[in-house]
Amino acid sequence: MNDKLTTTKVPTTRRKFLKYGASAVIAAPYITKVSAEPTTINMLAWYGHGEPDMVGAFEEANNVKFQAKYYAGGDNMMALIAQSPPGTYDIILSDGEFVQQLNAAGYIEELEPGDYNFDDMLHEDFTQFPGHWADGKLHSVMLRAGHLGVSYNKNFVTAEEAKSYKCFWKPELKGKVGHFDWHLPSLGQMSLLEGNGAGLWDLDDAAWKQVQDTTLSLRPQVGGYFDYGGTFNSLKNGEMHAMCGIGDWITGVLEKDGAPVASVIPDEGGIQWTESYCIGKGSEKADMVKAFIQYMLSPEGQVKSAQMAAYPGIVITKAGRKLLNEVDPVEAQRTGQVDGMENDPITLIKEGRIHYRNIPVQQSLEDWNDFWSEYKNA
Amino acid sequence: MTQSDSTASNNRSSQRLYALTWRLPIIVWQLLFFIGPLLFLIAMSFFLVKNYRMHEAFEMVNWQKMFSRAYFKDAYVFTLGMAAGATVLCSLIAFPAAFALSFKVSENTRRWAIFFLIIPFFTSYLVRTFSWYVILSESGVVNSLLQFIGLGPYTMLNTVFGTMVGYLTLTLPLVIVLQTFSMSQIDKSYIEAAYNLGCGRLRTITSVIIPLAKTGLIIGAVFCFILAFGDFVSPYYLGGSKPPTLSILIIDTTKSGQQWPRAAVVAIVMMLTLFTVAFASIAYAYRKQQR
Repeated sequence: MNDKLTTTKVPTTRRKFLKYGASAVIAAPYITKVSAEPTTINMLAWYGHGEPDMVGAFEEANNVKFQAKYYAGGDNMMALIAQSPPGTYDIILSDGEFVQQLNAAGYIEELEPGDYNFDDMLHEDFTQFPGHWADGKLHSVMLRAGHLGVSYNKNFVTAEEAKSYKCFWKPELKGKVGHFDWHLPSLGQMSLLEGNGAGLWDLDDAAWKQVQDTTLSLRPQVGGYFDYGGTFNSLKNGEMHAMCGIGDWITGVLEKDGAPVASVIPDEGGIQWTESYCIGKGSEKADMVKAFIQYMLSPEGQVKSAQMAAYPGIVITKAGRKLLNEVDPVEAQRTGQVDGMENDPITLIKEGRIHYRNIPVQQSLEDWNDFWSEYKNA
Repeated sequence: MTQSDSTASNNRSSQRLYALTWRLPIIVWQLLFFIGPLLFLIAMSFFLVKNYRMHEAFEMVNWQKMFSRAYFKDAYVFTLGMAAGATVLCSLIAFPAAFALSFKVSENTRRWAIFFLIIPFFTSYLVRTFSWYVILSESGVVNSLLQFIGLGPYTMLNTVFGTMVGYLTLTLPLVIVLQTFSMSQIDKSYIEAAYNLGCGRLRTITSVIIPLAKTGLIIGAVFCFILAFGDFVSPYYLGGSKPPTLSILIIDTTKSGQQWPRAAVVAIVMMLTLFTVAFASIAYAYRKQQR
């Protein structure tokens, strides 16, 4: 045996040695490069979630590269997934109210609850967020949230006036009230004004008619309907003095920039937008995606989310809030994310003043969109 | 058949083949990128959407739905009116500039002027539109200047005026260039003859220059109408989507429920309108010239 081994020699000549040696030297950088090539994680999300301020540190630490495809609105997200082959998106950031539709369509993987620290959530609802669980199985993990109420320019609307959606009808604001151009938040706010409270999405015919009439009565006050950029600009340059359908996710960015704008939750209540992570069906990088979701739920990830350059969100974990108060007390104070503050978003939820954004229960999205088009043309 | 007949026939065949060879790319291009998508658009208007996915079908429901909606008719009338208004306004503003460039300046100056009129097209239309925010906002340049003489501030953004400013940003340079090309082709001896026969300046313009430049003036107007009718950026960002135009309606329709078939209905109506206006205008432009 040993003899055999010793006699099995690679026939090497000096010429062959030089040839293979040279090849190895030339190929070496490429071999190193191949081994260092980062794994691509395909992300489907709202704008900003795949930017370096959010994913840069994780990319560096794990040798991955996020390839983000951005959408605007749950319908748009559903369509993009529906038109792509399974496995196209490894991670999907969904609006909370659309998770059940993603699950019903079979677009997302089941998650293992033990992988996520639900005990650290600031509110029990965040653990069992509506639609995130089905038949006792977890399909999505909440990441962040924000509240929608009255957004206003402090030079033209007082804090007292902003305590009610009725301020949008203030005569001095004629032509100065803007809408974020999406029916769901604006009509939801009109529904709250009509006193529908927790049933704001579950409107019978009479209640729906009342919401439409109230909305139409606001039309003379309206100065325009804007997308994200337009909303941002019109508040910044003072064209609009009050804005319906938005919250701190836009005014927060402007406020930090020194603009005299603010958002408050009025007495009639506010609406919560919720963003949650899901693992795309058929993803081959589920383990890495799971690690990323865990990272985003860690105190560091939560602080990044609160400070996100595109639009801020509130942290949802106790450890995240603690770290935010340590590293960025100004932002924590500004957004009320300090235990005991009057405008603490968690306190507002506990007081029943915040209602999670949902889709219409008794009407279709199309009914609401049809009315929105009529309203814009009125 | 004699040998000369045969040779002539061969020549004709090879000429036809030669001509076809040159025409073929444009025919293929049009089939692939215009006729094909157009047919698909028409077919799509009969499809159905279920669970955010389009399903092939032949149903009239999308046409019925859109034509029964008052907001569709309102948006159509508004878009048509705005595009027509922009066409008239743009043509009127462009004419003196084009007239001056055609008859009042040297060849060299005209070349430079045309160069500067083309330069805006090197930059993004969206960026040019957003730059109006700085100029037209209540704290912007125009209102600041007006305040010096005790006027304003006036609301110009998110109004019909804002939309019109955007339309002109898009179309005015092009219309001036087209009108200039058209008027600079006029034989100057006709104008001299008109003056010699006692025509005043206005009469020379209305009776000589406009009829001779009619084709170019109409082509310029048609381009203005087409661009304004289909524009999304100006009515959305400078007009505040208040009220929405057909282009905005297409976006709204696709955003909610991914109703691409209904958006296709709007798009087809827009195309039919544009075809009608363009063909009627061009027919009119060339008809008199042939007499």
